[in-house]
Amino acid sequence: MNIKSLISYSFVILVLGLVQILFLKNLALFGHAFGFLYLLGLLILPSTLRTIPLMLLAFVLGFVLDVFFETIGMHTAAATLFAFLKPIWLKAVSPTGGFDEAEEPSLLQIGLGRYVSYAFPLLFVYSLAFFIADQWGIGGFFSVLSKSFFSAVFTLFLTILAQLLFFRRKRGIA
Amino acid sequence: MLRILQFLYRVRAFLLFAFLEFLAIWMIVANNSPQGAAFFNSSNELVGSALKKQADVVQFFSLADANAALVEENARLKQELLGFQIKPDSMPLVIDSALEATFELKGARVVANSLRFSQNYLTLYKGSKDGIKPGMGVFNSQGIVGRVKSVSENYAVAFSVLNTSLLISAKIKSSEVFGSVQWDGVNTSEVQLLYVPRHVKASKGDTIITSGFNAIFPEGLLIGQISNVEVNKKDPNYLGITVKLSTDFSKLNYVYLVENTQIQELDSLYRKSDLPNEY
Repeated sequence: MNIKSLISYSFVILVLGLVQILFLKNLALFGHAFGFLYLLGLLILPSTLRTIPLMLLAFVLGFVLDVFFETIGMHTAAATLFAFLKPIWLKAVSPTGGFDEAEEPSLLQIGLGRYVSYAFPLLFVYSLAFFIADQWGIGGFFSVLSKSFFSAVFTLFLTILAQLLFFRRKRGIA
Repeated sequence: MLRILQFLYRVRAFLLFAFLEFLAIWMIVANNSPQGAAFFNSSNELVGSALKKQADVVQFFSLADANAALVEENARLKQELLGFQIKPDSMPLVIDSALEATFELKGARVVANSLRFSQNYLTLYKGSKDGIKPGMGVFNSQGIVGRVKSVSENYAVAFSVLNTSLLISAKIKSSEVFGSVQWDGVNTSEVQLLYVPRHVKASKGDTIITSGFNAIFPEGLLIGQISNVEVNKKDPNYLGITVKLSTDFSKLNYVYLVENTQIQELDSLYRKSDLPNEY
């Protein structure tokens, strides 16, 4: 990763984090579907970034959100799990021979079908982990499942929208 | 030995993962235990000031509503005050300790408020500098809001009533039957009134107020109105009462904090007689 893309990725993560904190905190469609848009910042990181730095980054990011949301540990735990699974899952859904090393797994680079099959399961696992922590001891099994499912769908929709609106083809960010 | 080290090196990502997850879960548990000190939360100066900046912008748009609510409350209080004004024919009374004010009120601004989780908190722009202490009750002109959890110099974090770990002692106004109010984590405008036995006649529309038993809130603050009465599904000895909250948690701007000045005396009395003091 060269210095230019490092700066652009940091910028994207910073902006997404701010959007998450300022606008998406109390937004939940029908009180059910949460938008974890900041995960887009982790999703589009290229496969060249190894698991360990990715996990540390996710841990810090989740922790910052937790401090702002008063949900200490919940985003952190879910984001760390997300980052641990991301490289494994990316490898699993890659075409034979893998993506081009420098290529980032974003919507515009890998196409809609592949993007959904890459992002959706990860977002679902993230939401599941988050809601299990949130609803521990109160929510029923199905309420957790449905919240996770709809949050994953909503987040997927938000990430697609954000990429269509703000990302340029080829290199990084608008 | 070398093999073990090689093996550990190969699974280093997983080990780090396990360690970080352990850390996160420890934080969740530590933060949620009622007695546990919270090290990191939004009463932190940096986070608090960022949240306040956000509230400065957002609350600007609801200033008119906030003002209207304050004026309304002022009018009501003035009305009540008229009834208390000393008549010229009265004679001075010697005030003894029985008539001393047991509750002190303070006002604060809400800078952050969450609704969507099962453990919701408020961040208030008043801290230990202004005499805010953990355990103080929080309410506004509509009804009860929560209880202060932790305090920093300028900010305080409070449990919202919409926090499944907060129990508030309450009673039905008409029949004086008491129970505990707790949120079940489903609907942000409804809470459950627990521990009301089945023989009690409770009907839709009855007013629920604080009981004054827990020394956090004075007696008689509004909580809400009964919206549904049925037999408790989990424990058929009790009624399952759903209460519609009078407080609109999506529009909190300003709140009052109430401190029971005699809580120390009460606490030591409870301790002397080996009674657990439930909040």
